[in-house]
Amino acid sequence: MPASDHRPAAVLNGREAFPHRHLTGIAGLQPHEIMFLLDEAEQWVDANRTRAKSDHRLDGLTQINAFFENSTRTLLSFEIAGKRLGADVVNMHAAQSSVKKGETLIDTAMTLNAMRADVIVIRHGSSGAVQLIADKVNCPVLNAGDGWHEHPTQALLDALTIRRRRGSIAGQRVVICGDILHSRVARSNILALTALAAEVRVVAPSTLMPAAVEQMAVTPFHDFDTALDGADVVMMLRLQNERMSGAFIPSTREYHLRYGLTPERLERAKPDALVMHPGPMNRGVEIVSSVADHPERSAVTEQVEMGVAVRMACLDVLTRGERGVEGWA
Amino acid sequence: MTGTTTFTNARIVCPKGGEREGSLTIAGDVISGETGKGETIDLGGKLLAPGIVDMSVFAIDKAAFAFGGIVRVGLMPDQSPVLDDPGLVQRVAQMGKPDLWVHPIAAATRGLEGVDIAEMAINAAAGAKAVATGRCWIADSGVMRKVLAYARECGLTVIAHAEDGGLANGAVATEGETATRLGLPAAPAIAESIAVARDIALAEDTGARLHFRQVTTEAGFDLVRRAKARGVAVTCGISPTHLLLSDIAVSDFRTFARLSPPLRSESDRQAALAALADGTIDVLTSNHDPRGPEEKRLPFADSLPGAAGAETLLALGLGLVRDDYVTLERLFALLARNPARILGLDSGTLEPGKPADLIVIDRDKPWRIDTGAMAAQAGNTPFDGLPVQGRVLQVMKGGVTHYRAAR
Repeated sequence: MPASDHRPAAVLNGREAFPHRHLTGIAGLQPHEIMFLLDEAEQWVDANRTRAKSDHRLDGLTQINAFFENSTRTLLSFEIAGKRLGADVVNMHAAQSSVKKGETLIDTAMTLNAMRADVIVIRHGSSGAVQLIADKVNCPVLNAGDGWHEHPTQALLDALTIRRRRGSIAGQRVVICGDILHSRVARSNILALTALAAEVRVVAPSTLMPAAVEQMAVTPFHDFDTALDGADVVMMLRLQNERMSGAFIPSTREYHLRYGLTPERLERAKPDALVMHPGPMNRGVEIVSSVADHPERSAVTEQVEMGVAVRMACLDVLTRGERGVEGWA
Repeated sequence: MTGTTTFTNARIVCPKGGEREGSLTIAGDVISGETGKGETIDLGGKLLAPGIVDMSVFAIDKAAFAFGGIVRVGLMPDQSPVLDDPGLVQRVAQMGKPDLWVHPIAAATRGLEGVDIAEMAINAAAGAKAVATGRCWIADSGVMRKVLAYARECGLTVIAHAEDGGLANGAVATEGETATRLGLPAAPAIAESIAVARDIALAEDTGARLHFRQVTTEAGFDLVRRAKARGVAVTCGISPTHLLLSDIAVSDFRTFARLSPPLRSESDRQAALAALADGTIDVLTSNHDPRGPEEKRLPFADSLPGAAGAETLLALGLGLVRDDYVTLERLFALLARNPARILGLDSGTLEPGKPADLIVIDRDKPWRIDTGAMAAQAGNTPFDGLPVQGRVLQVMKGGVTHYRAAR
């Protein structure tokens, strides 16, 4: 697969290129800052494809992955990313049943801080929880998903995937379909893709569409087929089990009828349209296997690959200040 | 307390009788009809007004009330334990005296559970001045109808929380761009108007007196306005938060701006200011609800709603006068006369024979609201850093001065 031919128009030096201490969300990032992270990630895509994948720039640094909500893929991806950069990676599984809500969240943050973490990666079930912790600790914090709010590294890896596969992001018609209401992936992707001048369409039944979403510079659709016309990218979202049977949609088979991505439906998109899914997929519900596994059209496994590269870039960039990298201290 | 005192050189503001320059005499613990008697105190042109009757508060917080010029409060039944028992009601009624009179508002249903009617007559005999649904909505319309009908027989106003429970369930914000961007569970603004419409219909049907603790949306005000025009015995209140802040204030997940009902859109805020100006709103209340870090220093949706509002109520109200939404006379109708009337208290004006519940105000004194320097039990104000004008200098309850501002 070819690397994209994108090159930044103006090169900013050191900290000017990314003047943020934390990565709590895509909101607040300038388009050139998003591009900078994507550019930084490219080198790691290449490095990850070689046999010896280890780099040592984070040697001696402690990375704590504090996951207050269950995760397999994202946690693994952050762990691999940290280890490939040489960090000592520690995972803290704090399912919300054991770590009580409330002041305990701040207490946990203070504990991690006292253990001299150099970078903390957090996933939490409540919107805004990562920002709350970031305000209390002395090291960079990366948001690995907070409630329905943001999941910035997912948006970055999706943007990188699109850029590499489609050549650019600007002008691409991206259709995001699924549970937009409860999706942090959708929110971060909307922010990143609209910032990078893509045309974003969001598709969901009205029960899963957030109010005033058009204020986020996207066009909402309830009819998937109409939205798919001329699409360059079709991004499907996972439908959570607990929302499948009556509360938001009548049944999975009815959801599949209206919003399942089938080969016939995909015909409405451009002939070379890219199919994406953040995983894990409900095969036969939001996407059928022949589409999910399509050798040319599906970018699902590539998204996972880009995830490691993007997270390596974020860990590298956010710790440059602490590491005294020239221009970043 | 038989002494007679005359305050001279005062700018006197009475919600019944208006504003005038002059003097006011108190004899013992009441306002006197004769002027110019006894000891004379020159107020140097300062404002002399009735002590504030804060219609609905969630905690007894004497330091904050004194700072804010509040001499009487209606205490909401959402206490632990819930105010649904005469013993509790009686005890609460004595808690603030002599300087603060706490008027218990008893639970309308047992345990505020919205199922069984509470002992309204017994609680009224114990000192309850109204009954309320608390922070929650009574979902069952049959229960609400019985509550209203029964309260009417007992001569009690029902204070309702206007939020449809089904729509508001789990919501911590009002639907709109802010909630969507932040990814917060949100309810549509019509959660309020649906509740207002139902309760007005039931009040009309039963002939009960109904007061909405807070109405905050355009559709809600329209319903109240029209009901009043029809002669329905309905009144409503609001706190400065919903007049001065819109849902944009919750950006950055500011839990001090997490309120119940939640902050609304800018157009609803404008409708609230219009309803204040045209007389649809009867009461300005603090909804004082001090909450410490253990309840507020949390992710937004996990934090508890409420703001400490007692000590900022008057200054923010004077701002509404300065901005020409209300006159000074009407401000004290909103802060004293109307809440006293709704709760059936013989207070809230400066008429002769009324209790000498008075406050002296320097209406121009500038100060800055500072969450770190509040008199309240907790500093959870969404107005942190806001410069305001107007400070209470002296508070008298029953003719006795209980508070003087530090110089």
